[in-house]
Amino acid sequence: MKKTLTQPSEHPDSAMLARVDRRYFLRSAGVAAATGAFILGACTEQDLMSDDTVDLGEGDFGILNYAYALEQLEAAFYTQVMMTPYLNMTDMEKWILTDIRDHEIVHREFFKTALGSKAIKGLTPNFSAIDFADRRSVLGAAKLFEDTGVAAYNGAGKLIKDVNYLLVAGKIVSVEARHASAIADLINPNALEFAGGQINNMGLENAFSPSVILSGVQPFVMDKISGKNLPR
Amino acid sequence: MNIFRILDSIQQVDGDAAGRLAHTTRRMFMNRIGSSLATAAVPTAFAAVVNKAYGATPSVTEILNFALTLEYLEETFYFQANRMTNFIPAEYTLVFSQIERHETQHVDFLKGALGSQAVDRPQFDFTYGGAFPDAWTNFMTFITISAALEDTGVRAYKGQAGNLITAPAILEYALQVHSVEARHASLVRRIIGHLKKDPMMKGWITQDQGFPPAVYKGATPESNTVHAGLDAATLSGIGSISRDNVTEAFDEPLTMEEVLAIAGPFIKKMGM
Repeated sequence: MKKTLTQPSEHPDSAMLARVDRRYFLRSAGVAAATGAFILGACTEQDLMSDDTVDLGEGDFGILNYAYALEQLEAAFYTQVMMTPYLNMTDMEKWILTDIRDHEIVHREFFKTALGSKAIKGLTPNFSAIDFADRRSVLGAAKLFEDTGVAAYNGAGKLIKDVNYLLVAGKIVSVEARHASAIADLINPNALEFAGGQINNMGLENAFSPSVILSGVQPFVMDKISGKNLPR
Repeated sequence: MNIFRILDSIQQVDGDAAGRLAHTTRRMFMNRIGSSLATAAVPTAFAAVVNKAYGATPSVTEILNFALTLEYLEETFYFQANRMTNFIPAEYTLVFSQIERHETQHVDFLKGALGSQAVDRPQFDFTYGGAFPDAWTNFMTFITISAALEDTGVRAYKGQAGNLITAPAILEYALQVHSVEARHASLVRRIIGHLKKDPMMKGWITQDQGFPPAVYKGATPESNTVHAGLDAATLSGIGSISRDNVTEAFDEPLTMEEVLAIAGPFIKKMGM
C-alpha cells in the first residue's frame, strides 16, 4: 500500500500554517526540496500553487469533498467496467452495473455542483490492480468500493453539521448499501454475503472514520488525498 | 370512523393530550385504538395520536422506541415465516434467516439501549387487517410485505437522522442499522423481480413505484429529485442519464407519522 499523507496533524500550528499558505510553509520548511515535489524551472506558477496533494478541506465542505472523492472513484470504476465489459457478462449483470454506474455519476455530479468553487479537482484513478476482463476481479473490486462507501458515509454522518447535508448523505448511503447487497449477491447468489461480514454481532454495519477510509482507497487514486483538515 | 371522537376520548383520559403525552398514557391510547376501533381507521387515528404525542421533534428515547417497534414488527414477521414448513423456498432460506438474525440483533440492541424505557413487543396482524389474507400461505404475498417492511425501515431511519444530529453516537448507530435494512431491501426486491420475471423490480427504487403505494410516496416521495435545494435531474454533467436512474440514486425519508400510518395496521395491540 502506498504511503499516504493522511496522518492526523498533531501540531495545530503547522496545520494552520498549511492552510494559510501551504506553498510558503512547504518551501520554508524545506519539505519541498526534500520530497522532490517541486522540480523548478519547468513549473508554472499554477503548478507551484497546487502541490500534488489534494486537500479535502474542512467543515461540512470537507466532508462533501470527501464524499465527492469517493463518488469520483466509484463513477470512474463503473464507467470503465461498462466500457470494457468482462467476458460473458450476463444481461442481468449488465443492467445492474449500468444502473450503478449511472447512480454513481449522478452522485459525483451532485457533489461537484453542490460544492461549486470549493470542489476538489477531478482525481485520476489508479485501477492497475483490477483486471477489467475478469468477472471475479471486477465484482470483487465493486464489492470493496461499495462496502467502503457505506462504511465511509456511516462514519462521516456524525461529523456533518448542516442537517440538510446529513439528509443528503443519508439518501445516498442507503443506495450504496443497495448496490453492495446486489454486488455481493452476484458473486454468491442467495447466500449470507449480501449482508454479511460488514455487519457485527449487534446487527450494525461498519462505520469508519475518514482517515481509515482514505488510507484504504489511496492505492486506487494517483493523486495524494489529504483529509487532515476534516472534522473528527 | 370519526377522528375527532377519538381525539375527544383521548382528551377525556388525559387533558394534556394535545401536548406531549406521557409514555404510559400513550401506550394506553394505542391499546384503545387497537382493541375498539375499526381497522380501516387505525392508520389515520394512530398517526394523529402519535403526531400529537410526539410533537415536532421527538426525544432520542421516543425515536429509539419508534425504531424498536419497527424492529419488533420485522423480527416477528421473519421469526414466524422461518419456522413454517415448506413456506420459504429452499433457495431463499439462508437469506431470510440472515435477515431475521439482524432484526433480532437490532431488537436486542435497542432494548439494551433503552433499558427500562423500552416499549414491549406489540401483538401483530400480518394480514394487515385482512388486506393481505394470504400473508402466511402465499410466498409472493409474504415477500411483497417483506420488501415493504424493509423499504419502510430504510425510510424511517433516514427520516430520524436529522433529529439525532445533536446525539452523534446514537446517530451513528442509527446509520449503522439503516444501511443493513437497505441491504435487506435490495435483495428482497431483487428476489421479487426474479420470481415475477420483472427486470424493472430492482434492488433500488425507480421513481415512486412499489407496493403498497404509501411506502413509496409521502411528503417526500421516492420520485423526488431535489436534494439540499439542488435538482439532481437537471445537473449538466449527468448527460443522458434518465430521470428514472436519477430517482434511483437517492432514497427518501418518511416522517414518523407516515411510518406509523403504514405500520399501524400491522399492530393489533401495543405491548404494555
